[in-house]
Amino acid sequence: MAEIRHPRLAWQFGEVVETHPATPRAKSLLLDVPGWEGHKAGQHVDIRLTAEDGYQAQRSYSIASAPEDNRVELVVERLDDGEVSPYLTDELRPGDKLELRGPIGGWFAWEAKDGGPLFFVAGGSGIAPLMAMIRHRAAAGSDVSCHLLYSSRSREETIFAEELDQLAASDGSLQVFHTLTRSQPPDWTGYARRIDRVMLAEVSPEENPLAFVCGPTPLVESVATELVGLGHDARRIKTERFGPTGG
Amino acid sequence: MDERRLDGNAVGGLLGEVFTFEVTMAEAACDRCGTVAHVGETMAYVTEIGTVVRCARCDNALIRIAQNPRGYFLDLRGVSYLRF
Amino acid sequence: MSEGFVSRGFRGRRRQTDDRLPPGQYLVEGFPVLSAGPTPRTPLDEWDFSISGEVDEPKRWTWEDFQALPSEEITRDIHCVTKWSKLGTAWEGVSIDTLLEGVETAAEHVLAFCDGGYTTNLPLEDVTGGRAWIAYAHDGKPLEPEHGGPARLLVPHLYFWKSAKWVRGLQLTTYDIPGFWESLGYHNYGDPWREQRYWGD
Repeated sequence: MAEIRHPRLAWQFGEVVETHPATPRAKSLLLDVPGWEGHKAGQHVDIRLTAEDGYQAQRSYSIASAPEDNRVELVVERLDDGEVSPYLTDELRPGDKLELRGPIGGWFAWEAKDGGPLFFVAGGSGIAPLMAMIRHRAAAGSDVSCHLLYSSRSREETIFAEELDQLAASDGSLQVFHTLTRSQPPDWTGYARRIDRVMLAEVSPEENPLAFVCGPTPLVESVATELVGLGHDARRIKTERFGPTGG
Repeated sequence: MDERRLDGNAVGGLLGEVFTFEVTMAEAACDRCGTVAHVGETMAYVTEIGTVVRCARCDNALIRIAQNPRGYFLDLRGVSYLRF
Repeated sequence: MSEGFVSRGFRGRRRQTDDRLPPGQYLVEGFPVLSAGPTPRTPLDEWDFSISGEVDEPKRWTWEDFQALPSEEITRDIHCVTKWSKLGTAWEGVSIDTLLEGVETAAEHVLAFCDGGYTTNLPLEDVTGGRAWIAYAHDGKPLEPEHGGPARLLVPHLYFWKSAKWVRGLQLTTYDIPGFWESLGYHNYGDPWREQRYWGD
């Protein structure tokens, strides 16, 4: 069987060094990948699992860690009828080896030198590649204006909620807007509906931002359409859809 | 007979240079409607049988890739060129 | 790199033994959707079905003509090359035998073509003799677009990629033309009981 010869795309092993719940349904995996040559914020890796009888299953996961971090962080949302995600969230533990290849993708990526202003829109675990960008922006000391609009079902299902709050509190040019679509805490003052045009208009940075949109396909398509409708330059909107092929 | 004709091996170096680019950053021209877009901006349909990359404007199948025990199959029929 | 590597504790989808299941298949209750493109939505007043190619006279039916043809109820097991099988699926549609009635042809192959550009190839004898249909209903309801509606080819004795969704016609040919997946390493015939998934199986 042919192997992809691109040296960066060879399969390699990472070792799980830590796992912790990101939400009740999602887990954060921290990997040590020997020889990792670094990545750009926004890139992803392919993960391949092999059963004893040789059966293999493969999925893609965005990297949530900043390029400056020496560990690779993935956030895996558990799909109940999935094949790969329940293994990664329920079975995998520190010390296990995980076969992966990457980093992959250069289109949906941001480096501090690319500038801004930035407008990030995320749905659910679609926060992962945008979190890598937000962390990279902080680590690189970038002060370009950055607005994040993040849609989650509830506060407890908001991935990276505390870290985002802390980053926003210590950085005047980073603004984080949450919308909670299913349930809200009693004192909730944020949005409580699906992302719509009015919401996008209210939270978008003012001048011609570079927009990154990541989440489930319907969210990404509706947000991209609304942004164009609001006059955003389609060439400055980058999208990454999380299809139902995951699992 | 054309004396300038060489073995394909002679362009191994050139092809080796070509096939290591970051593909999502390359521009692909749709062979059907002429739309030029970065590969990262096209529409991808990833299935367990194979992956189809389609033109965001006309849905033409630009790139088809099957990865199965017989190898990787790469069909670029829908792309008139890639620029990178 | 990965030679001999096993992901500790990973079993993959449970594989079952059931004599109704071809080798390597597992049972599903739902109806998985596998889409290699956007779901076409051809209005019924623009839909037609044609028999073309190596025939004495091409045939064409509008949606209305098609509904007037004698239909059959079909209950069969279906098997996807991605290893799921679904037992006892219920369909309604028109037998290809009905469509080919009175057609004179020297063809030995058919290429099914579809909205969205998908194709799949089959031997003519595998779509005749009461083994293949153009199905427009599933479980007593009009076939949903995501499952191939308004109409799909149904050839349940072969892997399900042969049962082309959104089918619009059959081209009869004297030579074999590998279809969308058949030209990318998937088996030209695709018999699930002989586990013909890939070239050379």
